[in-house]
Amino acid sequence: MYVAVKGGEKAIDNAHLWLAEERRGDVSVSELSLKQITEQLGLAVNRVMAEGSLYDRELAALAIKQSRGDLIEAIFLLRAYRTTLPRFGTTKPINTNNMSCLRRISATFKDAPGGQILGPTFDYTHRLLDFKLEADGENLTAAQAETAIDKEIPHITNYLNKEGLIKEEELTGSEPQDLTREPLEIPAKRPLRLQSLARGDEGFVLGMAYSTQRGYARNHAFVGELRVGMVSVEMEIPELGFSIEIGEIEVTECETVNQFHGSKTEPPQFTRGYGLVMGHSERKAISMALVDRALCWKELGEDDLGAPVQDEEFVLYHADNIQATGFLEHIKLPHYVDFQSELELIRKLRREADERNDTQEAAE
Amino acid sequence: MSDYNFAYLDEQTKRMIRRAILKGLAIPGYQVPFASREMPMPYGWGTGGVQVSAATLTPEDTLKVIDQGADDTTNAISIRKFFEKTAKIATTEKTSSASVIQTRHRIPEEQLTEDQILVYQVPIPEPLRFLEPSEIETRKMHALEEYGLMHVKLYEDISRHGAIATSYAYPVKVEDRYVMDPSPIPKFDNPKMEMAAIQLFGAGREQRIYALPPHTKVVSLDFDDFPFEPSKADYSCDLCGSENSYLDEVIVDDEGGRIFVCSDTDFCSSRQAINSELTYE
Repeated sequence: MYVAVKGGEKAIDNAHLWLAEERRGDVSVSELSLKQITEQLGLAVNRVMAEGSLYDRELAALAIKQSRGDLIEAIFLLRAYRTTLPRFGTTKPINTNNMSCLRRISATFKDAPGGQILGPTFDYTHRLLDFKLEADGENLTAAQAETAIDKEIPHITNYLNKEGLIKEEELTGSEPQDLTREPLEIPAKRPLRLQSLARGDEGFVLGMAYSTQRGYARNHAFVGELRVGMVSVEMEIPELGFSIEIGEIEVTECETVNQFHGSKTEPPQFTRGYGLVMGHSERKAISMALVDRALCWKELGEDDLGAPVQDEEFVLYHADNIQATGFLEHIKLPHYVDFQSELELIRKLRREADERNDTQEAAE
Repeated sequence: MSDYNFAYLDEQTKRMIRRAILKGLAIPGYQVPFASREMPMPYGWGTGGVQVSAATLTPEDTLKVIDQGADDTTNAISIRKFFEKTAKIATTEKTSSASVIQTRHRIPEEQLTEDQILVYQVPIPEPLRFLEPSEIETRKMHALEEYGLMHVKLYEDISRHGAIATSYAYPVKVEDRYVMDPSPIPKFDNPKMEMAAIQLFGAGREQRIYALPPHTKVVSLDFDDFPFEPSKADYSCDLCGSENSYLDEVIVDDEGGRIFVCSDTDFCSSRQAINSELTYE
């Protein structure tokens, strides 16, 4: 006799225990410490902080450990934690002119004030597996212990601006909306689009950006400047009446310079795409800048080419990997009630179709 | 984190959700945008319903959670545990003892009363979504009460299949105004939506809340010559013998043998209890 599917509660508890065991793996192998993750898997930590929208290396490392290295799961853990945090206030906008740069490059000028700083990059490495890393105990120091450049480095696009060659971005002065506190409403203003892209899935934003390079709403982008480094975060304290530095965060900023042949409303000039991501994440920052620029088509009076990347609703509604993965994976949940009604329907339709065929055959 | 606010969400957030609920009740069937929060369970797994429940629950409430009509399905257990942990409220499996019932995909068989609130988990709140993917467009269509597209879809079903080929999430019209998605309940449940209890619908990922006040007029869309028909498997429950409850089909052996059982587990087990009492007497 059929026994109703009971015991779900026990099954869940047991599944959780098994999961914990799997996470730990072979206990004869020493356990990962959070320090090891923050120090040696720094770029994973960066991604989790950026898409989790929470700048905390320790918590991101904890999330990575807890999620067994599933970064989207780690991002989810961080987001769920983040919602419970109270809001004390808003910081002043960070000033990336004052960034202490680890890395700063321009693809549009051979040299510029501030210089090209290559920094720690994979760019010119040969992607050959380094079997020396297999052995423990490596101890390296960079040939030249170059410290980050602390002096103010002006943005490259400012030089173009002096000639009026690049479209001026106007300060609206209005408070940007907060994506995490207000429902997303389309059409969105640029600050909201940038917010959404900044926490959007790296793979999705990359794919969207790539599509513009391959010709879907093609808009050739030069990397005007890419900089990575620490910026100070300042906050106005009402009791003090002035702002103080409350900490430092690492960010990656990318400004692209894009061709623009002019439209009915704008003269020919360069335009820019903008990407800013928490942590060191160049791929994401560049992708974001390309997508940002593509989404600006309306403001610039460009044509709607019907490309996915120009469709703000399409991009913004599908960029969030926590929403996407949740909805995708929910189809693992039981659906037998809906499926039952589909079963009934398909049987009924087939029965009726059979009956129609029978009467037709009888008539023939 | 060791300490949670009552029912997890902070009071500011609950207030924001309550305002959306009140607006939804004031405009039955209208989808109210709200700033959905990230919950500690995934989007698509009931975060909308959980947020609505969290904003609705008081410490005196008794909560029942069902998924597919059953209290003991894994996700129902998970959500019930969540509120046991974060709100420390009483929970029950008995429909009549619950003051708040969170549900996925079913309306309980037992008639609900005016003291109860039924909270639905909604995946896609927009009934027009599969006809028109753009939210900008569908909001316009609702504003202009432009529902022709939906009728064309139902008509096309009839011309192709001889019947309306929608068996769950069957669209309804609320108080002769808004076309509304009843969430993916089987169309068997649609007629129950005119009820004494308050019905609240939460879609977390899509950031929408909508509502039906008690005794709101809810009409399943149809045509005069093709009237709406609630349907279920043409059997009776093999466990309790009920002839008018919604049934799940369960495959019981390798030969494809099957039985039909009530999807509403509380309804079925209380009927079984009565039946066995009768047998003993």
